[in-house]
Amino acid sequence: MSAPALAARGLAKSFGSLVAASDIDIELPQGVRYALIGPNGAGKTTLINLMTGMLRPDAGRILLDDADITALPPDQRVRRGLVRTYQINSLFPHLTALESVTLAVCERSRAAQTWWRELSAYPREIEEAYEILCTLKLESVCYRLTRELAYGQQRLLEIALALATQPKVLLLDEPAAGVPREESTELFAAIAGLSRDITVLFIEHDVELVFRFASRIIVMVGGRVLVEGTAPEIAADPRVRAVYLGKTVNKIAAPAAGLPHE
Amino acid sequence: MALAEKASSPLFYLRAQTQWRPVEIAFWLAVLLPYALFPNYLSLASQIAIAGMFALSLDLILGYAGIVSLGHAAFFGVGAYTAGLLSKHGWGEPVSGLVAAAIVAGLVGYATSFVICRFRHLALIMLTLGFGLLLAELANSLGWLTGGMDGLQGIHTWKLLGYFHFDLYGYTAFGYALAVLFVVFLFARRLIHSPFGLSLRGIRENFVRMPAIGAPSRSHIRTIYTIAAAIAGIAGALLTETTQTVSLDSLDLSRSADVLVMLVLGGAGRLYGGLVGAVIYMVARDQFSGIAPQYWYFWIGLLLVAVVILLPNGILGGLAKLALRGSRS
Repeated sequence: MSAPALAARGLAKSFGSLVAASDIDIELPQGVRYALIGPNGAGKTTLINLMTGMLRPDAGRILLDDADITALPPDQRVRRGLVRTYQINSLFPHLTALESVTLAVCERSRAAQTWWRELSAYPREIEEAYEILCTLKLESVCYRLTRELAYGQQRLLEIALALATQPKVLLLDEPAAGVPREESTELFAAIAGLSRDITVLFIEHDVELVFRFASRIIVMVGGRVLVEGTAPEIAADPRVRAVYLGKTVNKIAAPAAGLPHE
Repeated sequence: MALAEKASSPLFYLRAQTQWRPVEIAFWLAVLLPYALFPNYLSLASQIAIAGMFALSLDLILGYAGIVSLGHAAFFGVGAYTAGLLSKHGWGEPVSGLVAAAIVAGLVGYATSFVICRFRHLALIMLTLGFGLLLAELANSLGWLTGGMDGLQGIHTWKLLGYFHFDLYGYTAFGYALAVLFVVFLFARRLIHSPFGLSLRGIRENFVRMPAIGAPSRSHIRTIYTIAAAIAGIAGALLTETTQTVSLDSLDLSRSADVLVMLVLGGAGRLYGGLVGAVIYMVARDQFSGIAPQYWYFWIGLLLVAVVILLPNGILGGLAKLALRGSRS
């Protein structure tokens, strides 16, 4: 069996007395679509921040394709293929969509080191950026400033920026946060359509979307991994039921079991 | 169809953005006007060209990479003293003096950039201010080298290209300053339209996001800081060569503040902002100091307050908005 695309071993992080992550051991096999779920404050975003180097862990190691990347700064992790998006849009407001993605492509291809040639001398980078925008159906707005884009389009641009880095592992922090229901399904369909060479882990609260688009699920509670497994295993797990009390239990169980819910 | 497709292609669109616009060509023709219209003001005109170049160098770090500096005069002064010292010790050839100044100022910029690239916002302002003060006092205390308060004596600039004598009326000085400004401008224009220039705008727009797209922001900042320092050094050397004096004001805090004011007046992040700001600032200073020599900063202060309140993107930003409104209506 090949090495996991991304693995965490004994990862821990505390902010003062608050334990945000404790003894986290996970392995993401190549090409799997993972969902990371858990109640608010469970440490999901902290885990992404730790993996991508935005935070330094107190203990533990992070392995990307079996290489220890725990000490690498964020930009070098991106260069090795570990890429994230943000729950709250973190874009370039006064760049056009095309410029934003071209910027990300140029950083990857190292064209961004060049200051003595014009950008138009790099047609391959520009073409690639345009193609990424096309795959996310953003081509019609690619000459608009980012801040003028509709919210849902900005969410897609978040993903476009990540794709421009040619990720091996993509960590999506609530990609559909704030997007209306009908659009969020579309957005997840775009994620589902990504190349199988990319391992994807996404945080999402909408249980239906989770069961529809994830093949495996990690449940976090209180900074720990409660359980990891396939969708039906998670739906049937009594510990998960205990965490998601009330009607959420039915919501979790119903779609997984193929039952009409509520 | 094929043609229409080509016209709207991303490459075509990006290339069109970098093309020379008529207003730019008009601007560069207009800078020659002082020769015809104000032959008595040629030395002011050279000072403006030099200030404009200095402001352009600040724009590269402030307007494009978002690095606020209150100590940019340090590099101007290093350049000015480099050219002055070379000349004093027997090498008054002007063009190589500029090159030497660019190298020395660039090296100082490169050395400090390792600290600069680690900080943002207020800390950065204080750091650049601190470096500026350090260097100014260093020059003050090294009287044997810099001439201290008296300035550097005995500077003689040789004929430009071995032919043009630096005359009293400033014909040569102005032509020389303009030519160097134009070359530096072409360089800066190319730089900001390069992939690297796009990265700088990314740093200004969202510093936090840059590492998440794999961008080595610190290394980008070090590069542009070094380049801006070298250009500021060229501006300083030009001042030395055209006036044949160097004094401690070339390193002064007030020079750092002045250049910041010029850039804010003209409009940061617009390539021409520093140039336009320098024209307005220097002409205003010349006129206001004619009215009331002691209080001319009062008027500059008033102008600054008015522009920042009414035109947050500077005078050029205001004009661009007006032009956009005109073209839409």
